[in-house]
Amino acid sequence: VSEAGETAERVARAAYGRLVALLAARSRDVIAAEDALADAFAQALARWPDVGVPANPEGWLLTVARNRLTDGHRRAVRAPVSAVAPEELPDMALPDRDPDAIPDERLKLLFACAHPAIDAGIHTPLMLQCVLGLEAREIARAFLVAPDAMAQRLVRAKRKIRDAGIPFVLPGREDMAPRLEAVLEAIYGAAALDWPGGASSAGGLGGEALYLAETVAALLPGEPEAAGLAALIAHSEARGAARLVAGRFVPLPEQDPESWDRLLIDRAEAWLARAATMGRPGRFQIEAAIQSAHAARLLTGRVDAEAVALLHEGLWRIAPTHGAAVARAVAIGETRGAEAGLVALDATVGDQQRFQPALVARGHLLRRLGRREEAAAALTAALALTVEPEIREFLRGRIVQVAEGLPEDLPTPPGRLC
Amino acid sequence: MQYMLLLYSDPSGWEAMSPGQQEAAMGQYYAYTKMLIDADVMRGGEQLARPDAATTITVQSGARRIQDGPFIESKESLGGYYLIEAPDLDAALGWAEKCPGAHHGHVEVRPIIVTR
Repeated sequence: VSEAGETAERVARAAYGRLVALLAARSRDVIAAEDALADAFAQALARWPDVGVPANPEGWLLTVARNRLTDGHRRAVRAPVSAVAPEELPDMALPDRDPDAIPDERLKLLFACAHPAIDAGIHTPLMLQCVLGLEAREIARAFLVAPDAMAQRLVRAKRKIRDAGIPFVLPGREDMAPRLEAVLEAIYGAAALDWPGGASSAGGLGGEALYLAETVAALLPGEPEAAGLAALIAHSEARGAARLVAGRFVPLPEQDPESWDRLLIDRAEAWLARAATMGRPGRFQIEAAIQSAHAARLLTGRVDAEAVALLHEGLWRIAPTHGAAVARAVAIGETRGAEAGLVALDATVGDQQRFQPALVARGHLLRRLGRREEAAAALTAALALTVEPEIREFLRGRIVQVAEGLPEDLPTPPGRLC
Repeated sequence: MQYMLLLYSDPSGWEAMSPGQQEAAMGQYYAYTKMLIDADVMRGGEQLARPDAATTITVQSGARRIQDGPFIESKESLGGYYLIEAPDLDAALGWAEKCPGAHHGHVEVRPIIVTR
């Protein structure tokens, strides 16, 4: 790839969402904006190798795409996409060289993607496509659905934005909390998809999720939960390589801290510290604090189990999901004994036979109580509900260890994003 | 943009009301309509007769088929509509939220396609 080609690709990745947001802001037509932008990138790849990379590549792309949009209806009828006369292309040396001079409207685009009028199940894919420019087939692979079906759902959602008149605006003070929650939830969804492989696994979207979370946190500096989510995902990403060793899942307590990414952990801690200054705790901040307590093992060599249990208690109280209840029960098992953990599990999680994390936790707690047959049964039931090959491999190994009565103090993954 | 607010509710709820309650409910709709007119967003709107007054017709291969009742039979049926002007969906939802129909039924907010 030529230098011009590389520049075009680099600009594409960094600027995609900014340019789509600007191009679609007034018309709300994301489809037309993406088409115009694709044309502009094609023009760049065709022309930059000959005439050089413009001083402000983003500005150049924006101008070309804008011209394309305004001409859109007229041109669509009579000319193919590639037939643009050179004189119609913008001056290579645009006066505006500061990329920051292009207003950043990505936040508005994110809020449009996670609007309550759009099916919540498509929020995450929509963000990945509109803000990061991921292709439908990449998103489909991560979501384990057929590419055509994903492409169709994405087009339908974009049409809804345009046809229903979903605005590209920041929510007012009254609506901010629930709307931001939807945005953060969708980004969290992208990060959770990535588990267990982190950035190292094929099709993983952890890097993308981190980018989105840090974008929101930077653009909404007064929202502690946005910073909390950035911290949580950065912590999770820091362990990507340690979580998967030779194709096999390694639970957090067994991971080698030396293989964690120190720079990402520092970044996570910085986000968490910033969130803490705002004095408004929330679900993502607590989850990030749990990750932070585990990351402390890198410095101190140990994990403060009491602190972890306290944080899990707090998380379960403000966000009483089944996942939080399971993680809380495991944490109780660590501090007050496996029997107490099992009691907590049974008291808070019904229908455990259909919830994989509950079965894994159950197997772990039963094994610690020496109830090996029941432990193996729980882990076997968990295996039947597990699709990720790395986790299946891990569970198979555990079942064998339990059956053979091998090492007594094997730890268990406490939560999904660990 | 223009949006149609389609008001769905269970007509039996209306019939179960006393005359005084019905009058109060109508008063809420009058007040809402006046609010829309005062804000200059009202472009139309009517109350519909109850669904058993509906007749549905379709013409297939030149033959007309007439059927008693609404096209879709359901507990909640279309009871009326407003046509409003709003800059975007959030604004339209803001008006729909204030509609009395949203408080005793469901209001579907549908954009109108502009043809030139």
